[in-house]
Amino acid sequence: MNGPHDLGGMHGLGPVPIEEDEPVFHSEWEAKVFAMSFATFINYFPVDETRHAAERIPPGEYLSSSYYERWLYALELLLAEHKLISPDEIESRIAELAQAES
Amino acid sequence: MTSHHHRPESEIALRVKAIESLLVEKGIVDPAALDAIIDNYEHKVGPHIGAQIVAKAWVDPEFKQRLLADGTGAISELGLTGFSSEHMVVVENTPEVHNLIVCTLCSCYPWAILGLPPTWYKSFAYRSRAVIEPRKVLQEFGLEIPEDVEVRIWDSNADLRYLVLPQRPVGTDDWSEDDLAALVTRNAMIGTATVQLPNQPISLVA
Repeated sequence: MNGPHDLGGMHGLGPVPIEEDEPVFHSEWEAKVFAMSFATFINYFPVDETRHAAERIPPGEYLSSSYYERWLYALELLLAEHKLISPDEIESRIAELAQAES
Repeated sequence: MTSHHHRPESEIALRVKAIESLLVEKGIVDPAALDAIIDNYEHKVGPHIGAQIVAKAWVDPEFKQRLLADGTGAISELGLTGFSSEHMVVVENTPEVHNLIVCTLCSCYPWAILGLPPTWYKSFAYRSRAVIEPRKVLQEFGLEIPEDVEVRIWDSNADLRYLVLPQRPVGTDDWSEDDLAALVTRNAMIGTATVQLPNQPISLVA
């Protein structure tokens, strides 16, 4: 299947964003998304499934998301499809945490 | 350049925290494992590993031959193939050919040998333009490839990763493997830089 990820040769994507001496992760959430994905795709789904999940991000969202945002999307999709964590559970937990923080 | 988000950072961070708490609560992931993964990729795995392979190829012509003929086999000799670097092809830069590695479809990269890829490698701009205007892309890295040098682009995939064997700098014939390895940068092993001797400027006291 093709999709928004098939970017080879696409025009209009601008200059290459070169950052000197960049950190491995730009924020704690990036590190956690990476680690959670890595931990689950070792044990719960093969890594090819994670790529396929990222390739199923709707084109507009794919092209306007950062790298680890796409990983996050793929992780949530796979957790839902494999019935490990549902979107409702995630939204409830977010609401709880937001309450606790306020 | 900060990456573009369509949600604010704080919202994403909260979402990630929520998912982490659920994964841990349900016993799907062990929090210690998460820390170990982050630690591994922040501090342990990195381009210094690839640099060892390059330095060995420079000093050991038979290893170099094996490396170019069967990257996976030769790198396995050193025990250095690993997750995301199980199958490797090594491509040699020469005075006639300059090699450049990309993954147009996502960000396939030899993690076990170079660590995690930099943001630019994963960017849409690099993924799209490396295959249609590589010389212009290399200019953005400050690398000017003469017209009479062929530029070869290798598109990585899920099952095959690439490592560039850069040219050895002139004047290093008697250098140790360790000193040679210290010269080799990550970008040189992707193809967006060449290996240079360190500058030894005469420092002028201001």
